[in-house]
Amino acid sequence: MNDTRATRLDLIVTPALGVILAVLLAVVWVYSDMDPTTERILEPSNLLRQLEQQLVLAFWSTVLVIVVAIPLGIMVTRGGARGLKNTMVGLLGLAQAIPAYGLIVLFFVWLGQGATTVILALAAFSLLPVLRNTIVGIEQVDPSIIESGKGMGMTPVQRLGRIELPLSVPVIISGIRTATVITVGMGTLAFLIGGGGLGETINAGLKLNRPTAIFVGAALVALVALSFDFAGALAQRYLRPKGL
Amino acid sequence: MNPHELDPLNEPRALIELVNVSKTYPGSESPAVVDLNLAVREGEILVLVGPSGCGKSTTLRLINRMIEPTGGSIIFEGADVTKSDPNELRRHIGYVIQQVGLFPHRTIAENIGTVPRLLKWDRKRIKARVEEMLELVGMDPKTFGPRYPRELSGGQAQRVGVARALAADPDVLLMDEPFGAIDPITRDRLQNEFLRLQAELKKTIVFVTHDIDEAVKMGDRIAILREQSVIAQLDRPEVILTDPADDFVENFLGSGAILKTLTLSRVRDIDLSAIPPVRPGATRSQALAAVEESPSGVAVLLDAADHPVRWVDRRSLDNAAKPLEQAGRGVMVMLQPEDTLQDALSAMLQTSTGMAVVVDGKGRYLGCVTIEALARLLVQTQNGNA
Repeated sequence: MNDTRATRLDLIVTPALGVILAVLLAVVWVYSDMDPTTERILEPSNLLRQLEQQLVLAFWSTVLVIVVAIPLGIMVTRGGARGLKNTMVGLLGLAQAIPAYGLIVLFFVWLGQGATTVILALAAFSLLPVLRNTIVGIEQVDPSIIESGKGMGMTPVQRLGRIELPLSVPVIISGIRTATVITVGMGTLAFLIGGGGLGETINAGLKLNRPTAIFVGAALVALVALSFDFAGALAQRYLRPKGL
Repeated sequence: MNPHELDPLNEPRALIELVNVSKTYPGSESPAVVDLNLAVREGEILVLVGPSGCGKSTTLRLINRMIEPTGGSIIFEGADVTKSDPNELRRHIGYVIQQVGLFPHRTIAENIGTVPRLLKWDRKRIKARVEEMLELVGMDPKTFGPRYPRELSGGQAQRVGVARALAADPDVLLMDEPFGAIDPITRDRLQNEFLRLQAELKKTIVFVTHDIDEAVKMGDRIAILREQSVIAQLDRPEVILTDPADDFVENFLGSGAILKTLTLSRVRDIDLSAIPPVRPGATRSQALAAVEESPSGVAVLLDAADHPVRWVDRRSLDNAAKPLEQAGRGVMVMLQPEDTLQDALSAMLQTSTGMAVVVDGKGRYLGCVTIEALARLLVQTQNGNA
């Protein structure tokens, strides 16, 4: 596993990109001429509300994904359920092949509008990376380490908790990072079914042909995505077990 | 051999008994182990050796139930363990594997403390025990305790592996090719260290290897296994080497079997030839007289402390230009009574006389071993066991 250097790079590159983007955002905000329509779209209280919605959507769907995908991944890597594993990874891959747009609409048809529907749709869409990385993370643990743990009298639960999970933490977290970036990006579609978010601004900018609004909305989304990714990089740096 | 026929007075009791044990892997037509009966005696190193695929590793892993037998029973310290809790059993049996399997995310100290922690020892006791174990395997607790496994060399890692297996003081140690992945020089050192440890600890050890040389070196007894873990021969190494039970064993030993017996006997087993010593202060004619009376036409010059220093023969003494103390050739290699015949042979090959000097623990001259005496001993051993 040589992702130590990659993680270190993340800790520099991600915030650097964030800073560049923020500066660019400030420049555009200050120097572009704002016509009344643009000003209305970029009303700060509006933007703040949308930003908050965007964060809430991404946060809760990520939490949901973690709570569902990690136990599921653990379950299917236990002895008895190996057949289930391939079926499930296949099915989820299929789900990911459905366009995000379509998936949100499907959930809307099924559950009606609102933030909860969006959170569930986002979670369904970003389940796969976490599930797959949990499975891969557990399966890449050197079998001789598990064998020696078993040989010393560790119970299956002790082997999972003291060996398999700690050793797969780096891989699982990188799956979660992928998932958060997906949920933030896909969260811009939430406005379609009344879930709010910065998609409203981008959409308004598109409809009314206001490039400044489009840019501001998109840049804010990107900043949210970058900060989630940065949080993930920090987690990867500090939650990875020592000695690896 | 049936463990119940052991004479209780002469034979140590069997600590582990495999009784009619069989193992057939699911989905496999032919069993991996068939009707195996094996008794491991208390305090011995029993080596299971055989060609790859003979089931020796499977047999070892049946003992701590890493593999569950499909038939028969395994008696450990008098009780059938086939039905008890396998985790509890494993905590009382040390287990060392070739890949070591140290936990990479735990320090060396934490790794060694694994089983004591599973057995819920208190912190202080674990800490003291870990330090004791590191010292036992010759590693400084302060230096190595806080390190992580990736900072260790292969040899150090396996030392830690052994320390970890011994941490909860199990009576039994199962070792599955423990030194198989280590370079030959380090392996030799680890084997010697381990034998020294074992002389002190007197654990009951089952040791799997595919290397007959390692088996001969490590084993108090050797079981040579053929396919399906059928015991081809089970006996002391010297008996197996000199009296192989059948063609299979003979083939497995290879052509060098008799050479391997060289590691079994010691220099003290050979009759020393009385090569006369010449003490300091002797005159040239006294030295010549010693050479004349010597059966091999050579004598050994000693220094004041009786340490052998030079070989002299008639020709080197005839050269009157050199003082007596510089005549002949220097004694380069010296043997001690504990050295193996293999060491003796290699020492002899380094001198042109076909002889090597033997000294005691303080370096004092005892006599010489000749290649003829060594050959005589080998022939004797072979005839004695045949």
